[in-house]
Amino acid sequence: MTYIRSFLNIVALPLILLFIWFLATLGEASFFVPTPQLLVETFINTWTAERFAGDVFPSLGRLMVGIALSIVIGIVGGLLIGSFRWLRALLEPTLEFFRAIPPTVLIPVLMLLVGIGDEMKVSVIVLGAVWPILLNTIEGVRSMDEVLADTSRTYGMNKVNTVRYLILPSAMPQIMAGIRQSLSIALILMVISEMFASTEGLGFTIVQFQRSFAIPEMWSGIVLLGLIGVVLSFIFQLAERWILGWYHGLREIEQSA
Amino acid sequence: MTDESSRPGPDPRGKAPRTREEEVHRLHRWESSAAADRRGGDLRRHTDVSSSAALDIATRPDPAAPLTSIAQSGATGRATTSGPGRARRRPRRGWDTKLLGAAGVVGLLLTWEIVPRIGLVNERFMPPASEAIGGLITNFGLADFWVAVFDTMHAWALGMIIAVVLATVLGFIIGSSTFLRRFTNSTIEFLRPVPSVALIPLAVLLFGVGIESSLMLIVYACFWQVLIQVLYGVADVDSVAMNTARSYGLGPMARMRYVTFPTALPYIMTGVRLAAAVALILAVTAQLIIGTPGLGAEISRAQSGGNYVSMYALVLATGLLGVLINLVMRMIERKVLSWHSSVRTEVAA
Repeated sequence: MTYIRSFLNIVALPLILLFIWFLATLGEASFFVPTPQLLVETFINTWTAERFAGDVFPSLGRLMVGIALSIVIGIVGGLLIGSFRWLRALLEPTLEFFRAIPPTVLIPVLMLLVGIGDEMKVSVIVLGAVWPILLNTIEGVRSMDEVLADTSRTYGMNKVNTVRYLILPSAMPQIMAGIRQSLSIALILMVISEMFASTEGLGFTIVQFQRSFAIPEMWSGIVLLGLIGVVLSFIFQLAERWILGWYHGLREIEQSA
Repeated sequence: MTDESSRPGPDPRGKAPRTREEEVHRLHRWESSAAADRRGGDLRRHTDVSSSAALDIATRPDPAAPLTSIAQSGATGRATTSGPGRARRRPRRGWDTKLLGAAGVVGLLLTWEIVPRIGLVNERFMPPASEAIGGLITNFGLADFWVAVFDTMHAWALGMIIAVVLATVLGFIIGSSTFLRRFTNSTIEFLRPVPSVALIPLAVLLFGVGIESSLMLIVYACFWQVLIQVLYGVADVDSVAMNTARSYGLGPMARMRYVTFPTALPYIMTGVRLAAAVALILAVTAQLIIGTPGLGAEISRAQSGGNYVSMYALVLATGLLGVLINLVMRMIERKVLSWHSSVRTEVAA
């Protein structure tokens, strides 16, 4: 019974919304809003295997490279900056400024410096997505328990082991929080970077549909982007549960105690 | 910024030795207050961790979300001798820190000045820092520049107001009913990660290059930020406080005003601060891509016109605007929450 109820809770509102959409588009065919059936048909016809290979996978590839680079740069940089007080003081105002620049305005700049190829798109993604990871890593390294730090020093742990067994696990929850923020930024920048001087990719295709007034196709692109966003956040949640399993377990024990 | 002196815990060296009983009493008090203290610390964490600018970020302060690690709160989860773990910011606005920070900025500017001058990059594509800053200063004297800034801030402010009001009202309605919360949960979770830029083509179709199209993007992106925070704030209400208010005969409106609202306010402020950064990014992005008048449109015009010095100057200007918005929002948050313990301890430091 409780299962049925929770299932109803999950599906009820989406179904109601779909139904309202269906009713609203039932009468006259609106130019801007396609009917649900038409959208589903268009979606299947538009996003064929061919288009996936030509537009979607290159986009996703750049997204993945951008995210991976951001994670590596963010964590390594954050570990360095977080461990040395003088380095932090030296770089803090500069980082603060770079973080405040809306990442999209760097696209014209990078188009000049790097060109309009994949490098530009990947560097736009990295320049936008690296900040949350970097800043959260700094914060995570900084707020480490001093007793644990002193203990590991007293026990003569070397630098590598300290980073591996103390600093990284200790900062990991915050790093993951940073990565979660970065994912959505990276996705947005992937789309935007393809709206500039591009001939392929998801963002380009959607804008192309809009310019040629292929409205149902454009909607299907928006739906696809939404689905990618949802899938990304789902994958991230799985990864987080796996990486931070020890942490959630400890927290539960702590809270029940 | 965390207060060192009012932190419960053994005093650092240098104090006169106490009697044993006094010490036991103090330690006991410290141990029993540690949990509450850590909770206060956790709340601050939320504001700290999520202070990084981002777009459609998932920033739910959910209780299970990893914000402080075990290592930070002490291996046993209890207070360790250094007190409950949290970012222990020493009063660090010292002169040496400021000097180092200034040195960092100067170093960056020098690098930017030298790299194009010695020809590592084409000087045309990356004018030296002095020229870009010169361009920025010239801009300060131009009416066009201020019109663009005004347009940007106009879209920013309007979008923020609409999103915050909508999200707060809806958040309070949804949050105060268990049924509505369960009922809407799946829809909210599905719509939240949808990137707002996916709506750009739709906005162009519906509104053209008018301010409405940037408003649509800004409101969509900021709405979720604030809504999620409000929902969690409303859910965080202390049940004892709520029951007390009910037994004292406070009506639903009064309970909303005096119990729920103060509880949710810190969360709302966090949401608003995050949304402020997001709104600026989307305002500029919409101008850059769609061509709504404002700083973004100026940048794209400077770029296509080959006026690269002016383009760099405008990029600098948007960065300064971002820093300014961050500072102002942080100030407002501190003012509005001056009664809240997380801010009070900061002031004492």
